[in-house]
Amino acid sequence: MIDLASIYKAFNKGRPNEVMALNGIDLQITEGEFVVIVGSNGSGKSTLLNIIAGSIQPSAGAVSLDGKIVNNLADHERSRWIARVFQNPLSGTAPDLSILDNFRLAALRTQKKSLGIGVNSTFIQQVKDRIAILNMGLENKVNQPMGTLSGGQRQALTLLMSVIDDCKILLLDEPTAALDPRSADIVMRTADKLIKDFKLTSILITHNLKDAFTYGNRIIQMGEGKIIHDKDTAAKTALKQTDLFEWFA
Amino acid sequence: MDFLLTAIIQGLCFSAIALGIYISMKIFNIPDITTDGSYTLGGVVTAVTLNSHVPVLLTLPIVIVAGGIAGAVTGLIHTKLKINALLAGILVMTALHSVNLIIPGRSNVPLTSEHTLYSLISVTGNPNENTLITLIVFIGILTLLIGYLLKTDFGIAMRATGNSELMVKALGVNTDRMKIIGLAIANALTAVGAYLVTQFDGYADISMGIGVVIIGLGSVIIGEALINWFSITSVWISLASVLFGAMMFRMVLALTLSLGVDANLLSIVTAGFVLLIVGIPRLFMKEA
Repeated sequence: MIDLASIYKAFNKGRPNEVMALNGIDLQITEGEFVVIVGSNGSGKSTLLNIIAGSIQPSAGAVSLDGKIVNNLADHERSRWIARVFQNPLSGTAPDLSILDNFRLAALRTQKKSLGIGVNSTFIQQVKDRIAILNMGLENKVNQPMGTLSGGQRQALTLLMSVIDDCKILLLDEPTAALDPRSADIVMRTADKLIKDFKLTSILITHNLKDAFTYGNRIIQMGEGKIIHDKDTAAKTALKQTDLFEWFA
Repeated sequence: MDFLLTAIIQGLCFSAIALGIYISMKIFNIPDITTDGSYTLGGVVTAVTLNSHVPVLLTLPIVIVAGGIAGAVTGLIHTKLKINALLAGILVMTALHSVNLIIPGRSNVPLTSEHTLYSLISVTGNPNENTLITLIVFIGILTLLIGYLLKTDFGIAMRATGNSELMVKALGVNTDRMKIIGLAIANALTAVGAYLVTQFDGYADISMGIGVVIIGLGSVIIGEALINWFSITSVWISLASVLFGAMMFRMVLALTLSLGVDANLLSIVTAGFVLLIVGIPRLFMKEA
């Protein structure tokens, strides 16, 4: 599903402050895999995610999605496959737009935004049914602006928004980093449920080793732009939480 | 009472500009100074086209296209060359000054055509009342069109672009294209405002655009004060507030003039008034 072939990325190339963010990454992620990526700050995790999403272009190497090389596609063109949840709960939603309008836009992720009015009673009911899954009582507040909700609520809604339209790949960049423990737990459970229900191929970046241990069926540790550890389902199941801590020792 | 009627008529003419500034400033969050240039452009294009005996209703699309191109150029400079929106607007506004002199070939064009938008329909014998009715219908239709546009799926993408660009990109919207279209619509509306004013005043002038952006801004800010005051989220009521802002603005200016303030001081009064409506809420909040 996702194929990265010898990806290199240098920032500030040719200047004294040149940084090699990615140093020859080869990574194949098959359909339905839920990959957790851990690694210290500056190890290249976010750069890797941005290169897959198309927000950053690699200095060298090829990115393929679904067997198709997508190096030339900008981020908004790759949205046909990819939905993203950002670290900042405020980035994934538009605060001044109503919950309903946010969902409408998300429902059109892979389609043209036409000059017709798409928010009709069928759509409103569909959104309400989806939001009811969260058990947050938000289904009766769909006309409220997104900005009036808490970070946890917005992040949970961002997750739901990512699956309201056809979605194959879900990229989660530290989705719970800015949340309190209880909201973080709700968001992670929702993510896990959606990934399983919709059989999504997903990548989760996290600094929370407990989450890294609990969720996903493959775990990768990155360091200095390279992959240090890569454990598949069997190896990850055999892994103990203490092993993870030792990776960072 | 006559000055009141004139103020309302001018307010209605400026509603089109206020709607344009509302789109660039509030929807897209772009301070667009092109306005001063595209307003004059709309004025001279209206005068020159009407003087060449082009029908009134055919002049309108020509004016819209002229304003739209001006806005699109600002949008292209801003998005493709990554130049600050304020600077992009100033560049286009400056360049437009030459265009606005070249099109009519001089700095002032009186309208020689007898046929204007306001002579199209005659409901009453009083020409001013007739103008008022025409304008109410015209601005009504314009507002309905803009309101409808903002409610469509495309309009939701427009509103989200100025609100959360990162999210909109992730949702498959080409934000550069959106901004170019948005600035084109905003400046087309400004040019339409000039289309209305030129036919009312009977002439277009190279200096007619000076300070127009401030008038539009002032109208939007008054409208926004209402929007914030009553926590308005509806697109329709927001647009109505902006229209109300445009009328209020003209009314205050007319009132100042009727008090006998020197017309030369009008620009200072305008700037001061805008400063007042922007500043007062800030001062209040500091105390609270």
